[in-house]
Amino acid sequence: MFKKFNLQESISGQNPVKASVVRGIRSKLLEQFPALEPHIDDILPKKANLVQIKCKDRIVLFAINNEILFFQHFDDPITPTLCLLHRYPDILPAVQVDRGAIKFVLSGANIMCPGLTSPGAKLPEQSIPQETIVAVMAEGKENALAIGITKLSTDEIKSVNKGIGVDLLQYLGDPLWKTNLD
Amino acid sequence: MAQPASGKTVLYCDVCSLPPEYCEFSALRKKCEQWLMETHPREHERLYGDQAIAQKMAMTTLSEDKEAKEAAKMEKAEQKNEARIARNQEKKMSSKVLIKRIERNKRKSVTSVYGLQVFGIDLKSTAKMLANHFACGGSVAKNPQGQDEIVVQGDFSHEILELLVAKFPAVPRENIEFAADEKKKKKEQ
Repeated sequence: MFKKFNLQESISGQNPVKASVVRGIRSKLLEQFPALEPHIDDILPKKANLVQIKCKDRIVLFAINNEILFFQHFDDPITPTLCLLHRYPDILPAVQVDRGAIKFVLSGANIMCPGLTSPGAKLPEQSIPQETIVAVMAEGKENALAIGITKLSTDEIKSVNKGIGVDLLQYLGDPLWKTNLD
Repeated sequence: MAQPASGKTVLYCDVCSLPPEYCEFSALRKKCEQWLMETHPREHERLYGDQAIAQKMAMTTLSEDKEAKEAAKMEKAEQKNEARIARNQEKKMSSKVLIKRIERNKRKSVTSVYGLQVFGIDLKSTAKMLANHFACGGSVAKNPQGQDEIVVQGDFSHEILELLVAKFPAVPRENIEFAADEKKKKKEQ
């Protein structure tokens, strides 16, 4: 989603967010990502001075102290950024791609089913439903490679094995990754 | 406050901004490796040491010739990148910073500084700094060619030269040039 993203050009407004709205965001996040619960106080403390940055194309970034923590496109679920995911690796369910796919993911390509079912790739045993935000890990690497949203449930990916499996929202080294708020 | 230190602390390569294990995909691999060796020798040993390479060879699920092809492609990408960086450097060396004095009224003039962004200098903060220094107005404006330039109200061409040389060692003195523009600067309506 952030294939072409330039903060300077696309920013249209920056406002602090009211405490009541922060509470709303908090509860939505806990609902969406139950694994976030033990860390939520570290990430979004009660007296957080969360800043909401509105950008072109209805993209909203949420930041605290000049660090982007979450982003949202339209009314899609609020998604953590890759930076946040690196710090708290277990907040998102993970899928793994094989080594050959790393290069393509690093340039923003969506992940096709064969990349998730080949040797070297791992899909979790419990089925992840469609339209869930997942962390994309890479074979042989510790840190997450990208954040994506599943287009098919993992059971379907294993059985059908054709077409797009995971849509990429953010990848390592994309313009959002390189954005520095100052 | 969400500190960067909370949760797991992740090391990011200074050269390519990715975690060091991904440096091999960044087309800046040699520089990344060098940086890692200098700053975090343990990580370097872990990732590039002989042990690691042996492990990788055993683990990889790609066939041998595919690996070779991938390696060749990365080499090419790296070389291209290095050539590009070299070209940019040359451009930098040959590009000029123009300091112009433009007359506004009969006795007032403005000084415009054009060409600093090639050196990676932040125009807005520089304009503010200059304005503060001379206790006058300064800002970033677009010149008729559509590019950004710093405009300082008042005639400070020589002082600005000294300031630039002192504050920005990235800009060599030979690259700064003077011009006296006698045209009236048209204000944007």
